[in-house]
Amino acid sequence: MSPRIVYIARNTFREAVRDRVLYNLIAFALLLSGAAIFIGQISIGIERLVVINLGLTAVSLFGIVIAIFIGIGLVSKEIEKRTLYTVLSRPVRRWEFIIGKFFGLAGTLVVNTFFMAIGVFGALLYVVHSFAGPDAYILVALYFIILEFLIICSLTLLFSSFSTPLESAVFAFALFVIGSFADDLRRFASLTTGVAHWFATAAAYLVPNFSALNVISAVAHQQPVSGQLILQNTLYGLFYTAMALSGAVLIFERRNLK
Amino acid sequence: MTSPRSTSARKVTLVASACLVVSMVGSMLLQRAMDRSRPKAVVEDALYITSPNMVKRMSLGFNGLMACIYWTRTVQYFGRRHLMREQSYHELAPLLEITTALDPQLLVAYQFGANFLAPYPPNGAGEPDRTIRLMEYGIAHNPDNWRLYYNLGFVYYTELKDYRKAAEVFERGSKVPNAHPFMKVLAARMSEHAGDFATARMLWSATYESSTEPDIRQNAIDHLRAIKVDEDTTNLEAAVTHFSDRTKRPPLSMQELAAAEHFPGIPVDPDGHAYELSADGHVLVEHPDDFPFITKGLPAGYKPPGRKVASDN
Repeated sequence: MSPRIVYIARNTFREAVRDRVLYNLIAFALLLSGAAIFIGQISIGIERLVVINLGLTAVSLFGIVIAIFIGIGLVSKEIEKRTLYTVLSRPVRRWEFIIGKFFGLAGTLVVNTFFMAIGVFGALLYVVHSFAGPDAYILVALYFIILEFLIICSLTLLFSSFSTPLESAVFAFALFVIGSFADDLRRFASLTTGVAHWFATAAAYLVPNFSALNVISAVAHQQPVSGQLILQNTLYGLFYTAMALSGAVLIFERRNLK
Repeated sequence: MTSPRSTSARKVTLVASACLVVSMVGSMLLQRAMDRSRPKAVVEDALYITSPNMVKRMSLGFNGLMACIYWTRTVQYFGRRHLMREQSYHELAPLLEITTALDPQLLVAYQFGANFLAPYPPNGAGEPDRTIRLMEYGIAHNPDNWRLYYNLGFVYYTELKDYRKAAEVFERGSKVPNAHPFMKVLAARMSEHAGDFATARMLWSATYESSTEPDIRQNAIDHLRAIKVDEDTTNLEAAVTHFSDRTKRPPLSMQELAAAEHFPGIPVDPDGHAYELSADGHVLVEHPDDFPFITKGLPAGYKPPGRKVASDN
């Protein structure tokens, strides 16, 4: 990897930390520890399920919100503050800027997820007192959540490369919602015929398939996640991220920054 | 020396802080007064979305967490209405259906349904047909779990008295890998001894042993105690008939019956209270409220109160 990309990524990470993004960890810790104690008191037989479901859902939602709200400002803020011109006046290519920003944001989210994962396992240990073998699948669910973040990061960068921060946020959030219905979209496409079928099929394959990346409920029940799904989701996440980043680079390369 | 500007700023801070505290306390007191004056009907239970599929779609893939939330709501709903001695549980079925649609592997919800959705009020919602649909849904999604077959057979046995269907379901469940051996025994007993106390005792003991949930175990204990009372009452009334046939008059007291029929002592219920004998020769329990599921030994015109469950505490 080019040292310029590493430099931009590192600065993006530092900026996110300076913006107190990691403060969300405090809210997360309070949410988890509170829920672990409280739900156990008011419900029946689901203490373990609550900690895993709530923990992983919170990791996912916190990360998505961070990815969207930081991602949309990555390009526009640099233009607004005019720091982008300083960066691009040096021997830094526009594509390096986009890729660096992506890795910086992805790094922030991975660090964030790492600390939240410690919180999830800590809360789980508090509730069940000891880990069982199948609890290792929680790591797989966390890995899939990180893949989800990579896709969201790349999409917010794609949108922010040609639109305003507000529009980018709306587009990214809408795609997240539509992507959660990916399975329904495929089913709908299979029910239609003619031109509608082609449009529906194209839409179904174009939006990110977040439902395949969500195994939270399964791991909460200690169900195994197949190696094949891990491989397929890994490749899918990488391909989709590469696709969105390529789009972002193509648009940003042609964008008139004057 | 402080400048007039900083003195003014401090004044603003003090006034604003005082305003904040006063208005906060005021709004809280007002809210409490409003809560007190508002009729209870305002906080009536309501299920705004009754379609399990709609809730599933709206959960954006986070079905597991939504299932936990709906399950907790189900337990709270049932516990609260029991505590308030309500006789109806209209929302229990939709709550359980939404919970299991969101998470078809949440086995405790099916078990809860078999124990509290099927029985008739005041002990449950009185919806055995809906319970059967719920259990069949559970079996379709968890075909290798013998406990679901057990719960379904249990509903056929206890609520519908359909012993043939109960036997069929126990038989189906006994073929599931790692099924408990009593499934085969239950299937066999259904054909010959379905209505007897020993079979009922076996079923409720199995419920007690196969669950770790306090509410369900307490329910099983209450039923086992009731079976004991019903069985004692049946045996004592048989003894009364025997005494009457022999002496051409009913016994005057339990002491007389015990002596005549060679009982080892005065018969007592599971709480240690002596059974009583009415003037017309019926056997009665001293505290019927302590045995919510008994069908015998009740005084004429007795109305059972609502029953508390462990989650109420």
